[in-house]
Amino acid sequence: MYFNEEHHALRDMVKKFVDKEINPNVDEWEEKTVPLHELFKKMGNLGLLGITYDQKYGGQGLDYWFDLVFLEELGHINAGGVPMAIAVHTHMATPAIHEYGSEYLKETYLKPAIAGDMVSAIGVTEPAAGSDVAGLKTKAIRDGNSYVINGSKLFITNGCQADFVTLLARTDDRPGFHSFGLFIVPTDLPGFVVSRKLDKLGMRCSDTAELFFDDLRVPAENLIGEAGEGFIIQMKQFQYERFCTLPGTYISARDTINMTINYISQRMAFGKPLIKNQVLRHRLVDWITEIECLKHLTYHIVRMKMEGFDATREISMGKLLAGELSFKVANGCLQMFGGMGYMNESLISRNFRDSRLLSIGGGADEVMKEVIARLEGF
Amino acid sequence: MNIIVCLKQVPDTETQIKIGSDRQSIVTDDIKWVMNPYDEYGVEEALRLKEKHGGEVTVVGLGPKRVTESIRTALAMGADKGILISDGALDGSDSLAHAKAIAAAIKDLQYDLIFTGQRGVDDDLGIVGATLAEALNIPQLSLIVKVEVAEDGKSVKVQRPIEGETLVITSTLPALITAQKGLNEPRYASLPGIMKAKKKPLAEKSLADLGLNSADFGAGARKMKILELTPPPAREAGKIVPGETPQEKAAQLAKLLHDEAKVL
Repeated sequence: MYFNEEHHALRDMVKKFVDKEINPNVDEWEEKTVPLHELFKKMGNLGLLGITYDQKYGGQGLDYWFDLVFLEELGHINAGGVPMAIAVHTHMATPAIHEYGSEYLKETYLKPAIAGDMVSAIGVTEPAAGSDVAGLKTKAIRDGNSYVINGSKLFITNGCQADFVTLLARTDDRPGFHSFGLFIVPTDLPGFVVSRKLDKLGMRCSDTAELFFDDLRVPAENLIGEAGEGFIIQMKQFQYERFCTLPGTYISARDTINMTINYISQRMAFGKPLIKNQVLRHRLVDWITEIECLKHLTYHIVRMKMEGFDATREISMGKLLAGELSFKVANGCLQMFGGMGYMNESLISRNFRDSRLLSIGGGADEVMKEVIARLEGF
Repeated sequence: MNIIVCLKQVPDTETQIKIGSDRQSIVTDDIKWVMNPYDEYGVEEALRLKEKHGGEVTVVGLGPKRVTESIRTALAMGADKGILISDGALDGSDSLAHAKAIAAAIKDLQYDLIFTGQRGVDDDLGIVGATLAEALNIPQLSLIVKVEVAEDGKSVKVQRPIEGETLVITSTLPALITAQKGLNEPRYASLPGIMKAKKKPLAEKSLADLGLNSADFGAGARKMKILELTPPPAREAGKIVPGETPQEKAAQLAKLLHDEAKVL
């Protein structure tokens, strides 16, 4: 009903890629971190890193349904850290370059990012400011033809391996939203320091860094869009970031449920398979119903994006629902696995760890609720 | 050099196969259909030869409309054009009849090489390649894992593994090669390839278009008859050998292999 022959062909291709190039490696990557340059090059060669981007820069110039199919299939990856690393590159660190970047920035950074020759990261969160983005302290002060950046960023996905960071920094001290710049910061510049690789509860295969900038001098031409407008541009970029979390969430939650149904159909307790217990069956059905709702809210958002409507309200609702649902399903399914679910050797324990992040990252649930309340007019 | 690749659409190897109520066919309702994996090696090899020697790759498939998807996959991988032989009268035909129809579709084309998979992973018969080569009166090189075409494009040198050794064979062209696992690692259809595939020519031919008589095809004309399909026996549960130490377990295992399994 929603997809044509080419969408199906893309789905088959990404499925095959995930089955052959990603899933056989995720256990190792959980231990050692996903090698992004190697993975992104393969994906770039298949045209997967710029599905909606302009063909002039190596993108495919395709519509949001193709993007959705791609994101859905990434949901079948058996470790949340891999799709997160990919989505940071395709939906969090590059949309602003595509939409607001100069020709120079598109040629120098977007093109190699789409080809898979460069790895990107998004640098917004700081030790003292996360979802409260306006409280950012990292400074970028204009000096001749460059900006001098000082400060630090925390919880930066892909931060250890990135070739450039799309970085939000304060360009002056005036209060309000027009005192920021969004910069492309190449990581090989003097003054760029990866201070720590962080150890996390979940998403263990993804590399997460603390970054430090010590008089880092970046050319003024690396500013995306107008001076002072970085915050506004990043708020728009957040819409891509929040949207891209939705398809993978309902797909992986459904995979988790399927895996659980499979397990409790075989697991005998008190003389019958666990799945014969009405309380468990009904719990599963409640989740499946909510998953279906999230999927169709997502499809509605795709239709809105296709028609050019602002979907901030719906995307915020989707992100809120996705964060709550993914953890609820993983937690509830782990319960059905019992002691086996508590063992690190079961995939469900990884799903449980990985699913905790979505209510925090990319705008916490509480922030989503505030955004929705504001848009509702109260 | 011009290359033809024959492809069959088969149930995805992950499909749970169910036998139909007639006991002679499988239930096709929930099957996901894919290109026969051995044919995929053929497509890949043809594309590599084209990249080296130039020319065109034509994909020939046979079966219902859905086979178009697999032909499009080959086009998305980089093949140039496709032919689908589709006719209601083909329903129930055996492999010999399939080869006959494919031969009719190929015989007037210009070709130097033909690839087929060494067998389809559905029926596991491995008949079409040999029958097709016979019908076209060209040499057949079967179960091939390496292909080298001479610089002048007039001959081919291939390798076929036999019991731990390798048989090296040379042949004049045109010839037919059946692809074996190990020949290559098939590429993915890239997204730009997928988008280009829909603009590539794909001709559909009926038996009449190929100058063939419907009466020679279908279930009534089968030379091979399927008597009954039976599922493989259900696997019995394994046995865990008890014991405190590796030595104890090994001794117990040896005893079981001798007394119960009677293999020692």
